[in-house]
Amino acid sequence: MRIVGTSARRADGIAKVTGSARYAVDLSVPGMAYAIVVRSTRAHARITGVESEAAAASPGVLRVLTGNDLVNAGLTPYYGHVVLDHPVLAIERVRFHGEPVALVVAETKREAAEAAELVEVAYEELPVVIDADDALKPGAPNLHERRGERVGDEGMDEGEGGLPTNVCAIARVGWGDVDRALANAPIVIEGEYRYPMLYGYAMEPYNALAFFDQGDLVVYSSAQHVYMVRRDLARMFHLPLARVRVSAPYVGGGYGTKSYTKVEGMTAAAAYFTGRPVKLDLSVEEAILTTRSASARIRARSAFTTEGLLLARDFEIVMNNGAYTDNTPLVNSKTANRCFGPYRIPALRVVARSVFTNTVPSSSLRGFGAPQGNIAGELQMDEAAEVLGLDPVEIRLRNLVGPGEELMPGKRPLDADLKDDLRCLSAALEWPGATAGHSIGLGVSASDAGAYPTSTAAVRIHSDSSITLFTGSTELGQGSRTVLAQIVAEELGVPLESVSVVNGDTGVVTYERTTGASRTTTITGRAVQEACRDARRRVRDLAVQALSVSADDIEDTAVGIRAKGKELTYGEVIEKWFGAGGEVLGHGAVRRAEGFAKMPPFYEIGCSGLELTVDRETGQVHITKLTTVGDVGFAINPALVHGQDAGAAMMGLGAALHEELVYDGEQLANPNVVDYRVPRFSDLPDEVIHLLAERRDGSGPYGAKGAGEGAGNTIGGSVASALGRLVGIFPHELPATPERVWRLMRQAELAKGERQR
Amino acid sequence: MGKREIGLRLNGVDRRLEVEDQTLLIELVRGLGLVGTKLSCDTQVCGACTVLLDGRPVSSCTTLAIEADGKLVETIEGLADGTKLHPLQEAFIERFAFQCGYCTPGMIVSAKALLEARPDPDAAQVRHWMEGNICRCTGYQTIVDAVLDAADQMRSAR
Repeated sequence: MRIVGTSARRADGIAKVTGSARYAVDLSVPGMAYAIVVRSTRAHARITGVESEAAAASPGVLRVLTGNDLVNAGLTPYYGHVVLDHPVLAIERVRFHGEPVALVVAETKREAAEAAELVEVAYEELPVVIDADDALKPGAPNLHERRGERVGDEGMDEGEGGLPTNVCAIARVGWGDVDRALANAPIVIEGEYRYPMLYGYAMEPYNALAFFDQGDLVVYSSAQHVYMVRRDLARMFHLPLARVRVSAPYVGGGYGTKSYTKVEGMTAAAAYFTGRPVKLDLSVEEAILTTRSASARIRARSAFTTEGLLLARDFEIVMNNGAYTDNTPLVNSKTANRCFGPYRIPALRVVARSVFTNTVPSSSLRGFGAPQGNIAGELQMDEAAEVLGLDPVEIRLRNLVGPGEELMPGKRPLDADLKDDLRCLSAALEWPGATAGHSIGLGVSASDAGAYPTSTAAVRIHSDSSITLFTGSTELGQGSRTVLAQIVAEELGVPLESVSVVNGDTGVVTYERTTGASRTTTITGRAVQEACRDARRRVRDLAVQALSVSADDIEDTAVGIRAKGKELTYGEVIEKWFGAGGEVLGHGAVRRAEGFAKMPPFYEIGCSGLELTVDRETGQVHITKLTTVGDVGFAINPALVHGQDAGAAMMGLGAALHEELVYDGEQLANPNVVDYRVPRFSDLPDEVIHLLAERRDGSGPYGAKGAGEGAGNTIGGSVASALGRLVGIFPHELPATPERVWRLMRQAELAKGERQR
Repeated sequence: MGKREIGLRLNGVDRRLEVEDQTLLIELVRGLGLVGTKLSCDTQVCGACTVLLDGRPVSSCTTLAIEADGKLVETIEGLADGTKLHPLQEAFIERFAFQCGYCTPGMIVSAKALLEARPDPDAAQVRHWMEGNICRCTGYQTIVDAVLDAADQMRSAR
């Protein structure tokens, strides 16, 4: 192998360091108008009137739109890839503070903003529910008396038709007699754990530019899943898929926050009603009001033998998913699948419920349910070790599922060696540590990643043997353009410099289900390999005719074919067949078959940990060491894998130590990056070590499997377990802010005092 | 609303421009097609919109265009010399010091001001200087490494 396995420079490097990379927010077209969103000032209310005449008469204003305009025009006024319940603009009712109620379109952004101040919305207030547990109580205000139409199956295997009030989704996983095992076990660890509501803060806020071209809808947007957005827009405007073009140029951060439709429907509606190209770019505060991740409260019980072997686990999870369905069913079911850990568990019961509340809708965020569940599942391993007097690494080693063993019945057997990964991690962290005042925490996870494995790709071999790759995978910064180009160069034997990548535009590139779930290298990468192989087959077909030889006479060379002792490059075969110019097109497709027949398409491994200290006066946590083990099967570009692990771990640290969206009554108290604190340079651990475990055991190209989320999934649990061992009480709630840590230390001192008395 | 004419030297080129009093510096430079400068937090916290005003890093999202009157303004587009990249740009590529790239122009511009003020920084000084620039993708280590590499490179080229 020449090119895969090397840290080839990023294909987008020069564009990104010179400022010439174009993001959706940078694009403009002649005649472009601007939209500004008028947002609800109530958390739950009936809209009794929208007074828009003053705004409409304001200078430069082209149109003021409300949800009723979409209804009256016969458009489908809702979106959602699972349940069609998210109004493009509120219809008759608002369900959270900040929900889009109207859209003002004007010649300039400033004119639109000034006019938006003049829109008066009259509300009749309804009872509000912010907390998920409150929303489950009898008599709680019902957010969705009529449920939206089901348009997708993702995560909705359970509870169809009969979901209780405000329950958006239920997921159940389990086997064995849990109650009996719990009743008879010598040791049962029991606790309640909380994971915060988060904002992903992709630095490019949601934005789109939309226009109609001869009736075809064209949208440039910051979306991760351009094909998913295309489907929502086609439904909205009753257009065939072929007449909707969604294009994501460079995307300024994704992390799942830009999965699925956000502002594209509103922007396209503005273009539809004004006949003008329209741009809508949100502020960060508005982005926070668009999508967040689900907070979780988890009641967990884990039963062990005196040797520390798991006998049973029982999880009851309640997640706050906000006002609309969005991706909740899938996040909910993944939380259920990921909370109990990659352990041998004779009896398991998980019930996860996601609950509608009058809060910002939640959807995907890096880890996708895994960090939420991990704090409960992993921390109970540490708590059990403490009770049993066992080493926390040893108790994990005793219970971990081995390579080829099933985590869940009927699912893909584990494609990783977690015990070896954990040994690597603990060695790198110098477990159990010897420095006074320092404490180590670590953890493991295995996520059913990859999503549904539908992917296609196309390669064009040009007459000079250079290659263009077409892929529906978007470049979010993860390096897909680089990794996929490396695969093409490897497969077709050409230099990396002669491969160019066209991506993320549904009008041009081939179908890709999503760019998420850590799937691109593994699943898209396989489609790219297939496309390269198809292209080689087609070159051989041309050679048969061009050289008048039989198919048996032709064999592949590194960059072309050999026939009867004569070597020709792809380009030479192409030119010979066409006479002049020409090209060859290869197409590749993967589906839920062959290597991907068993779900999940692969497991994404999390194996990371850290060492920390605490300022006894202030409760401030300082990370002295961060270590990740990237069990990726094969690192097609090691530097990019390290980048994914570093980014995921740092995002995990943000959630573990600082980040939390806080509701103060009916409104968010901190919808900005001043009060919502994300990691900065000063949060960089003193020492960072990224290791790779490459055993070629993945289902992707050359034995690769996905990265990008795993390293972050275990960080919350790692911080909690390290703090617990240092302070004497395990924290059950994140983030471990200085105040919470300080209180924990006081609580531990009091408990110690009690014992001594 | 008032309009006035201002004069500034933008990426080495003298410009005379008519701007409204309320126009922000970021609107000015992006309006001239220099869209490498990015808007994110809009509250002077994230550093994505950083440009150099007389060599000092400022948040162009909260600086009025008229404040640039008579000054030198440098944006990310001004760093490379034709196709020859600035050592910081080379080092950011070499060290994989960016992913999505949205924070990168502001990050590189801030780092340039650092290396002009302090050609031989240590890692702690880099971290301290760069505190006003947020990156959500990389976890920061590769950025520190890139800035230190560029400092080495620039010193040895002197």
